[in-house]
Amino acid sequence: MGKTFAEKVLGKSAGESVSAGQVVIVEPHFCMSHDNAAPISKTFKKIGVSKVWKPDHLVFILDHAVPAPTDKHAENHMQIRAFVKEQGIKHFYDVTSKGGVCHQIMCEEGFALPGLVMVGSDSHTCTYGALGAFSTGIGRSEMAGAWATGQIWFRVPESLKINVTGKFKKGVSAKDLILKIIGDIKADGADYMSVEFHGPAIEAMSIAERMTLCNMGIEMGAKNAVCPPDKKVLDFIGPIAKTDAWEALWADDDAVYAQVLNYDLGDLEPCVAKPHTVDNYAPVSEVKGTQIHQAFLGSCTNARIEDLREAAAVLNGKEVAVRTIVIPASWSVYRQAMKEGLFDVFLDAGCVIGNPGCGPCMGNHEGILAPGETCISTANRNFKGRMGNKESNIFLASPMTVAASALKGEISDPREVL
Amino acid sequence: MKITGKVWKYGDDVNTDVIFPGKYTYTVSDPAEMGQYALEDLDQDFTKNAKPGDIIVGGKNWGCGSSREQAVTCIKMRGIGAIIAKGFARIYYRNALNEGLPIVVSAEAVDALEKGQEVTIDFDKSEIVTPKGTFSFPPYPDFVKGLIEDGGLIPHVKKSLGL
Repeated sequence: MGKTFAEKVLGKSAGESVSAGQVVIVEPHFCMSHDNAAPISKTFKKIGVSKVWKPDHLVFILDHAVPAPTDKHAENHMQIRAFVKEQGIKHFYDVTSKGGVCHQIMCEEGFALPGLVMVGSDSHTCTYGALGAFSTGIGRSEMAGAWATGQIWFRVPESLKINVTGKFKKGVSAKDLILKIIGDIKADGADYMSVEFHGPAIEAMSIAERMTLCNMGIEMGAKNAVCPPDKKVLDFIGPIAKTDAWEALWADDDAVYAQVLNYDLGDLEPCVAKPHTVDNYAPVSEVKGTQIHQAFLGSCTNARIEDLREAAAVLNGKEVAVRTIVIPASWSVYRQAMKEGLFDVFLDAGCVIGNPGCGPCMGNHEGILAPGETCISTANRNFKGRMGNKESNIFLASPMTVAASALKGEISDPREVL
Repeated sequence: MKITGKVWKYGDDVNTDVIFPGKYTYTVSDPAEMGQYALEDLDQDFTKNAKPGDIIVGGKNWGCGSSREQAVTCIKMRGIGAIIAKGFARIYYRNALNEGLPIVVSAEAVDALEKGQEVTIDFDKSEIVTPKGTFSFPPYPDFVKGLIEDGGLIPHVKKSLGL
């Protein structure tokens, strides 16, 4: 009987052959924290250990509110800088032009690697599965414990296999696929499971598209989500890998799955997640004409250069009808977008371009909504109050749908503008 | 151990953003202060009127969404005795165990209970006593029992390191 991806990676890390349901204790290779490294450092101090287990295995990336919008945020960042100095942590991405959204940096900078067990004190840590890592989000106490001991327990998860075939039609993208899957199996459809994406359509996808899929694994309850570590992944990590401890591991053909789903990209159409849950799927045709007050193109889900190009293709030579906030996922994406002339397209269209970071995604700054307002967003969550005001509405959609909607000031079908 | 309290009842997929809004994640850092914001975007009645010892009853997938541990801390600091749900999202489940907040899975008890009723959780017998009957719940897996007995993850880690 073959093994799933999760069984192989956790088994390798635990040094034994393991199966779903078993509990293992493993050493995570990289531990990522963002602005919450400050409260975690306080919890760490309570344990009574003076030094973290391996300073080179900790990665800190400031992104949640950068540059600091309030004195409390500033103090939080200050505490992190002091801890970085005290512990000799070299992988620290401060508020500089080397940084960006934590999950983007983890992938761009060669931390996310095939076959590594990785944890992050952020639920979207599952993004690194796009590069073949077993990565998952944990809480603050657990991260403090991992810093002190270098160990974490996992129950080896059952796995959900999603086979994807076919080709996207015009105006449809990876975001539409993942919103459709979550709409089908719901917010708890993959609870506690490892989600594996298989099939020729996944192999045809770019790393950016795979990141969009894996990023939203948590929105169906998954422990982790992963794509095959194929040649595209190996070519991507080759020049940037931060360690040679990685290994391209993948599920056996005869692995046992709790569930198998099949999708054909040709069946998909542009869609949204309606307020206030990510599984509240609707094709754009159903909500077309809904008035919006803001459009947000950003976040760890959809702010890579490929996403900005898709949005720019829709906006090119036109003007937006509502305030439109563009926040590239990292400063290298920012620079690339500038080089390619995408900023001219956005600025000519009337968009506002923010500095890389999480921006308004979780209600910290740079685009908070007023009561009664509606935003269409490329981010990953539309929960009540998510963007700072519980009387506002958020629709989630692809970069193309967000751009098309920005042009009209109402939810619009990108196929009509492309 | 037995806990008795008044029920606050909610539906499925209650997410951590409505339990502890994101806008407070870096402006409210004192755990004691977090309690006053508990469930602010879900139920203002709870936020204003919940009393220590009350018990939260939720549907499936309680605590989905963000990994923010404050979504457990705020409920614990509010003095809530326990959460009974049809199921918990995985990060919330771990965070609750790590913070020493008792959580219990029982779909039958959730269906039997209504807001304002009194419920008793008997951890020694693994039973929930409701006005509509008594329901058993699965005991914690062995590997997390030690964690609970030590009072949460941090005391557990300290003990394992001999500190």
